[in-house]
Amino acid sequence: MILLVIILLLMAGGIFAWIAGKKNPLASRIISLVSVIISLIIVLVLFFQAGQVNSREWLIEYSSMWVKRYGIGIHLSLDGLSLLMLTLTLFIGMLAILISWKEITLNTGFFHFNILLILSGISGVFLSTDLFLFYFFWEVMLIPMYFLIAIWGHENRIYASFKFFIFTQASGLLMFLAILGLYLIHGRNTGVYTFDYQQLIGTEMSPAMGLVLMSGFLAAFLVKLPAFPFHNWLPDAHTEAPTAGSLILASLMLKTGAYGLIRFAVPLFPDAAVTFAPLGMILGVAGILYGAKLAYAQTDFKRLVAYTSVSHMGFVLLGVYSFNVIAYQGVVMQMIAHGISTGALFIIVGQLSERLHTRDLNRMGGFWEKAPAMGAMGLVFSMASLGLPGLGNFVAEFLTLAGTFKSSVLFASLASLGLIAATIYSLRIMQKVFYGKKAGDHNIRDLSVRESVVMGLLVIAILVTGLIPQPVIDKAKPAIERSVSAKEHLYVTIKHHSDNTTNSGNQYNELETGNK
Amino acid sequence: MEIQILFAGLLFLTGLVGFLVRRNIIFMLLSIEIMLNSAALVFVIAGAHWMQADGQVMFIFILTVSAAEVSVGLALILQMYHRFKTLDADALSNLRDKQTSEDL
Amino acid sequence: MTTLIALIPALPLLSFLMIVLFGRLLPKRVVAASAVGSVSIAAVFTVIAGIALLSLPGNEKVIASRVYTWMSAGGLTASVAFVLDPLSLVFCFVITLVGALIHLYSVEFMGREEGFNRFFAYMNLFVGSMLILVLADNLLLLYMGWEGVGLCSYLLIGFWYKVPENGFAARKAFVVTRIGDTAMIIGLFLLFASFGTLNIHDLMEQASSKWISGSPLAVISALLLLGGALGKSAQLPLHTWLPDAMAGPSPVSALIHAATMVTAGVYLITRTHVLFALAPAVMTTVAVIGAITLLVSGFSALAQTDLKRVLAYSTISQIGYMFLAMGIGAWSAAVFHFMIHAFFKALLFLSGGAVIHLLNDEHDIFRMGGLRKKMPVVFYTFLAGAASLSALPLITAGFYSKDQILWFGWSSAASNHWLWAAGITGAMLTSLYTFRLVFITFFGELKTQPGHKPGRYITIPLVILALLSLAGGFIELPENIGPVHLFSRLFDGVLPEVKSAMIATPESLFQLMSGLISIAGVYFAYLLFLKKSPIVKFRKNRLYDFFYSGWKFDKLYDILFVKPVVWFSEIDRHDFIDNVYTSVARLTGLLNSLISKTQNGRLRWYVLFLAAGVVVLITIMISL
Repeated sequence: MILLVIILLLMAGGIFAWIAGKKNPLASRIISLVSVIISLIIVLVLFFQAGQVNSREWLIEYSSMWVKRYGIGIHLSLDGLSLLMLTLTLFIGMLAILISWKEITLNTGFFHFNILLILSGISGVFLSTDLFLFYFFWEVMLIPMYFLIAIWGHENRIYASFKFFIFTQASGLLMFLAILGLYLIHGRNTGVYTFDYQQLIGTEMSPAMGLVLMSGFLAAFLVKLPAFPFHNWLPDAHTEAPTAGSLILASLMLKTGAYGLIRFAVPLFPDAAVTFAPLGMILGVAGILYGAKLAYAQTDFKRLVAYTSVSHMGFVLLGVYSFNVIAYQGVVMQMIAHGISTGALFIIVGQLSERLHTRDLNRMGGFWEKAPAMGAMGLVFSMASLGLPGLGNFVAEFLTLAGTFKSSVLFASLASLGLIAATIYSLRIMQKVFYGKKAGDHNIRDLSVRESVVMGLLVIAILVTGLIPQPVIDKAKPAIERSVSAKEHLYVTIKHHSDNTTNSGNQYNELETGNK
Repeated sequence: MEIQILFAGLLFLTGLVGFLVRRNIIFMLLSIEIMLNSAALVFVIAGAHWMQADGQVMFIFILTVSAAEVSVGLALILQMYHRFKTLDADALSNLRDKQTSEDL
Repeated sequence: MTTLIALIPALPLLSFLMIVLFGRLLPKRVVAASAVGSVSIAAVFTVIAGIALLSLPGNEKVIASRVYTWMSAGGLTASVAFVLDPLSLVFCFVITLVGALIHLYSVEFMGREEGFNRFFAYMNLFVGSMLILVLADNLLLLYMGWEGVGLCSYLLIGFWYKVPENGFAARKAFVVTRIGDTAMIIGLFLLFASFGTLNIHDLMEQASSKWISGSPLAVISALLLLGGALGKSAQLPLHTWLPDAMAGPSPVSALIHAATMVTAGVYLITRTHVLFALAPAVMTTVAVIGAITLLVSGFSALAQTDLKRVLAYSTISQIGYMFLAMGIGAWSAAVFHFMIHAFFKALLFLSGGAVIHLLNDEHDIFRMGGLRKKMPVVFYTFLAGAASLSALPLITAGFYSKDQILWFGWSSAASNHWLWAAGITGAMLTSLYTFRLVFITFFGELKTQPGHKPGRYITIPLVILALLSLAGGFIELPENIGPVHLFSRLFDGVLPEVKSAMIATPESLFQLMSGLISIAGVYFAYLLFLKKSPIVKFRKNRLYDFFYSGWKFDKLYDILFVKPVVWFSEIDRHDFIDNVYTSVARLTGLLNSLISKTQNGRLRWYVLFLAAGVVVLITIMISL
């Protein structure tokens, strides 16, 4: 029940904010902030109560019938992974509202309505275990974001919003077709027509059909991730969106793609996943390197950070298709750490563009002198971006690469080159923006109290995930094991990709699942 | 009977081609009349073939309808002339697809 | 005792936090006291812990201190845990002692800078990270210290950030070392995939039992770790960042780029010597790289005009000696030279920095001269450092440490005479360029007037380091002079002894040779640079330019890597993949404009289409 409450609370908050916003913009901001904070507190209580999550069962489940005829139910389930994602969602959501405090003055009520609707959509995505409901929330995320970009965005917003919408909608429809396909096949096999996730796992189907259906799911998730070569909606969407929009887009929506891979694409189609794995890893490495290459060449600050997102999410794709427990832990950590660090970088960009009314790097420089606090924040998150140990991204990237190394030495080594590339673009940010000669006579003011609070929370978050990652790792463990083990009886390393019933599979199994 | 229907068909074709080729709207109306009459002719032929009077009854119907339609048509043509000062059918093209500037 | 050990790196880190969070509210004195004090107390703790360690019985001199489990995921476990053994003790001692002296010096040197707090924050963070590096009990925590010192190096090189060139130098340092770090991290992956642990002790044990000497995996992992060491220690081919790193303040050059961070590579290789011993090919590579580097940078140092750049190339050269020593299995000799080098090189940077500072930021030695009367303390301490660097016989510590390496270069079973020849040539080069520096800077006629006199925070560290540079060698004397082996005995059981080949020639002959070579170098420098005797026209020819530019490595890397990467990055900056999708959109638009031409509003056309459609339909119906 509490899970439904969280989602409904966000939606209700949005509606009230919209209504209140007609009279008083400040009221809408406060209402939305309050509803997000209440939800965050609920989730934090759940987080700390969760304690030892050793069992493979769900922590909390809520289930009720929606459309009985077709087997559609409202089935929400919480386990360690979704709990982590939910915490991230509400945390970032709160920050998104805080940073838009002064930035959005037009139609504030509707703005906050959209934000809260997106947040409830994202929460629903992380909680749904009914495939129809999952698709429903997937689409709920989509439309308010389109509005966000189209109404409150920057110069090229119409183009960017269309591009974003068409890419994600089209891929979502392919996923829906795959869902229907899965539904029909399961129904034909067992006679029970249902959209429920738990019941659909283990559906028998021919390898070809498995590949086809998995491709439908992959279409949606790879576009959302974004994976090379479906990534090019992201720079435009991120650049033209308002700061809160970029923040939510980068920190949360991209993670829904990663979550979808771990929760749905791999466990529902284990054989197809193994077939796809080499291609998945190639696309991952390509994303890492190509994203980094493009990031370095940008002169628009926001676009640069957008391409770093493409690069970092390449690690996720790489890790997911290595089928290694350590790599999956890295992937989950990357979802969280990247959400925090890239979100912070977008906030800094937003703060700068609020002051300068430009995002052009060639017109920036030497800002450390007048705004040392902002410079320090830029430094912390640039270092996070390049994977400095002590910050969350290092834990993520190290675990991902160490795990992937066991599956494929080649891909892990190539991906490690991404670390060098990340250094190059991250240091470019620092040099162009904060160091060097002072640009023009812009008088930058340093961070205000509200901004300092936001950045401070983010710094604490990234340090905690970097130095004390164990709680995150523990919470994610059951979900990861459930996902990786869905193929236990079929597991082969990528190098030994031969038939399914090889005995050597078992010995690698021990290494992979880390059973010691 | 085939030849008679063929003749009616030819008449229809004449009306059609006349409609397509002529620009003057009165001639187009004329062509429509020809087409209508050819259809009516087919009814008469059929009536003659099946030895029933219904064919000729239909012919009267069609004639009536065409008379009504012509009067409405002529009224519209008058309006058109009043507005556009021309009887050129191609002048009435306000419902065309105007190429506006690209949004995307 | 275990908490004491954990406090050694913790104290500077806590000071860093305090300065970052509260520095703006605190008076300068408090910030300085915290910065200097934290490192000094860490030094005291090191000594206490060292005494406790050495008083442990037997050969297993190890004290471990575990703080908490950093991460444990699916079989990969890494803790924040420290281990004190003689090797880490020596390194900690040098880091904290020299570090404390340099911090003290910086209080006066950076006294008038507006970034005072920022400087000490970064310096403390550096010392903390370096201590984590040497005390770490597992490679992951070591890597954290490794990257931490790289970060501080970047921040401190670019400390005066308003000058863009400093930023570029800092970036260069970070990127070049990152290349080495990436090799190292792949080595970590390989080691973990092979043994399932990153704990150094366990790794070394398992490696020696599971891998045979010369096995490919051992060779590859040693090579990868070597890659990391080459980057951090500025050896060929990853050495180009160090001369440019002189853009940072002199205390930074002294601490980071002379005494400590650049020796992290030496530490890494020595710490994992078991692994390297399993790959003799890699050991030879280490020695050869060391030999080549020391020669290349020695020649480069001869042609430099910036005081600090001479010292930078000298540092690269001396670390080459350490690599040479490690490569031939003379582990404790390498560590001994590390310690002595830290003393005299820090001294040289500090006193050289004092010269630059007192001459209002003049770096060019040809605009200096005759300073020995004007700043006597600085002169004599600089001289002490120079003498030690040149390994002047018997009276300087440098003699004992360098001579030991040269002796092992001749006598060790793993070495060959070419390596010794490189070493001895390097010795000649060293004293030549060192005393070139001394003579041009301090002798001759006064070209620039010094602004003011150095205060006591500058002079005290200089004097202490000078004493250490001269007397520090007496703890380890060669066999034929005296049976004092305090230093190498520390490492019994930790580092293996050098395997000596059977040689007829006695050691004293070699000592005589190396002593003579050093003095000869001084003499030649005197001839060329003081008396300006026209034996060699040492100016402005192609060879000179070649050496001045550091053997044109920068140019080579620019052509090979920098320009291609930048070009590759920029050719596609609008992402050609975008065109794939926009072409779909454009195609749709094209089709739209084509088809919408049929909607021309003309009645007759519509009827035509209607008629045509009917004909087609009827045809289809008839044919079916």
